[in-house]
Amino acid sequence: MEILVCVRRVPDTSENEIELNSEGNDIERDDLVYSINEWDNYAVEEALQIVARLGGSVTVVTVGGEDDEEVLRREMAMGANHGVLISDEAFSGSDGRGIAAILKAFVEENHYDLILTGVQAEDGGAQVGGMLAAMLDYPFASLVNSIEVLDGKKLKISREIEGGNKEISEIDLPCVLSIQTGINEPRYVGMRGIRQVASIPIRTFGAADLGLDSGTVGEAAAKVNRLDYFVPALGKGAEMLRGSREENVDRVLELLGAKGGLK
Amino acid sequence: MPRIFAYILHKGGVVADSAAELAAAARKIDPIAAPTAILTGWGADLETACNALPASYSEVWKIADESLAYPNAELVRKALVNVLPGGSVVLIAHEHFGVDLAPGLSIKMQAAFVSDVLGIEGVDGAQLKVVRQEFGGQISAHVRCDTSTGAVISIRPGAFKPVESASVTGLIVDKPLAAGTLIAGRRYLETIPAESGDVDITKHSILVSIGRGIQKPENVALAQDLADAMGAAVSCSRPVVDAKWLEKSRQVGSSGKTVKPKVYLACGISGAFQHLAGLKGNPFIIAINKNPKAPIFQVADVGIVDDILELLPELTNKVREMRSVSAK
Repeated sequence: MEILVCVRRVPDTSENEIELNSEGNDIERDDLVYSINEWDNYAVEEALQIVARLGGSVTVVTVGGEDDEEVLRREMAMGANHGVLISDEAFSGSDGRGIAAILKAFVEENHYDLILTGVQAEDGGAQVGGMLAAMLDYPFASLVNSIEVLDGKKLKISREIEGGNKEISEIDLPCVLSIQTGINEPRYVGMRGIRQVASIPIRTFGAADLGLDSGTVGEAAAKVNRLDYFVPALGKGAEMLRGSREENVDRVLELLGAKGGLK
Repeated sequence: MPRIFAYILHKGGVVADSAAELAAAARKIDPIAAPTAILTGWGADLETACNALPASYSEVWKIADESLAYPNAELVRKALVNVLPGGSVVLIAHEHFGVDLAPGLSIKMQAAFVSDVLGIEGVDGAQLKVVRQEFGGQISAHVRCDTSTGAVISIRPGAFKPVESASVTGLIVDKPLAAGTLIAGRRYLETIPAESGDVDITKHSILVSIGRGIQKPENVALAQDLADAMGAAVSCSRPVVDAKWLEKSRQVGSSGKTVKPKVYLACGISGAFQHLAGLKGNPFIIAINKNPKAPIFQVADVGIVDDILELLPELTNKVREMRSVSAK
C-alpha cells in the first residue's frame, strides 16, 4: 500500500509559553521549541505499521519552508521511506483551502492508496484533510482511532465519537483519513536515528512544478485571513496563589476543607 | 446579507444542545433575519426533531431520505449541496460530526471555511470578523472571512450563549432531493459503546485529575496517593489515556466522560476545550500547572504555577497529617 502522510512543524504548546510579539501580529517565535504536530506523528506511526504488515511505502509531505525539513527528517528516522517538501514564496498567506489545493496538485501527480493527516494542528483546526478529500472526490473520515485493511479496495475504520463510543465504518480506497491521538504508540526517535537519515535527499516541489498559480493558492486566493493575535480574556480568571510552596499547600488544604474537597 | 442556515444534529428525535447555540451565533452575524434550521434524517425521529427546535428559527428545512437515517457526513454533504442556495452561510457545531462534514461541504459549496469559531465580532459587507484560538488555547486570533461566495463556519460548543428570541415557531418546509439514491464511499456498520472501567469517575464528588504534566506512568501514584488521602478518585485528560497510563474510562472530556464533581483538582492539565467540555456542574477548580499561560487558569477558581511532581507529595503529606491530628 502506498501511503502519503501530510505533516506539519508546529510550536510545541506543551513545552512553550506562547507570548505575543510587540506588534501583536504574530507570536514571539525566537525561543520557541518546535516539533512535529502531535496528531501527525500518530498518523505516520499508523502508516508505518500498515506498511510493515502489508508492504508498500510511506511518504511524508509538508508544505512550508527550509526549517520544516527537520520534521520530515524526524519522521524519516521513524521509518518513512520518502520526504517531500512543497515550498514556494507564492504559497505564503494560503488558507486551509490553499494548502489543500497544493496537496491536491501533488497527489494528482503521484499515486497513493491512502492519505493520512492529523485530526488537527496546534495552531489550526481540522480543515485540510476533509478539504483535500472533497477536492479529490475521495471518501473521508475524521477522528479515526483504528484502521483494519480488509482487502486492497477497502478499510474497516473506527471513529471516536461522543463519550468515547466508537463508530465503525467501511471505507473505499483511495481515501483520506484524519488520525486521532492514541490510535497507536509512536516509536521513539533518537538523535542517532535522525543523523542516519541526514543525507537522504528530500524532494522539493514549487508552485510551477505542480502547475499552481496565485489564482488558487497564496494570500490573493485566500478567503480566510488572520488579522491579528491577542491574549484571550475568558471568564474571570483564577485567583493565583503566589506564596511559597508550603504556603500554597496550606491554602489549598484550607480551600479543600471549605469547598467539600475532603471526605 | 446572505441567508444563514444552521445544520442541526439530532438523535432519537432529540435535538442537540448546539441547536440553540447555533441560533445565537447566527444572530450575531445577522441580528435582524432569523436563521433557517436544516435537518436531515428519516422517519418519525426526523419529524419529532423538526417539531422540537428552539423558537429562534424562523423556518425549518427538512430533508427526508432513508439513506440519511444514520448521519453519514458524505451523504449529508451531498444532500445539503443539493438544496442550499448558492452563497449561503452554513453554521455547524464543531464536534465529531461537524469535523467530518464541514471542510468538504465548504469545498463543494465553493465557500469559505472557518473552523472552531468562538466569537463573532462584526460584519462589514461580505467580510465577517470572527475569533478563533490557536496554540492550544494560549492565544486568540481575529480572523477575516470573505463570505461573498458563501461560508461554512463551525462553532465551538459552549461558546455562544443561547438567547430566547420572540420569533414565531418555525415553518417546516420539505426539501425533496433532486438526485436519486445517495451513495457514499463510506458505509456505517455499527457503534461500539465505551468500555466501563474499574472506577466510575462520574459518581465521585472530588476528582484529582492529571494531565500531560504527570510525565511518567510511575508518577500516576502521586495522584493516587493524594486521592486516597482526600477520599477522591483519579481522573485524567486525553494525553494520559493516549500514553496508556490510565484507562479510557478515567478520561474527562468530550470524547471521554462528563463529570459533575464538587471539587476538581486539575494537575498538569493545560485545559483544552475538549477537556473542559466534560466538566459540568460548576465545580470549584484548583489548577496547578508549570505553564502560567495554560488556558486552565482562565477557568479555574484558584491557580498555582508549580511543578505537580513536587507539589502533590507535599499536599498528600499535609492531608495525611491533618487526618491523623483530627483522628486523635
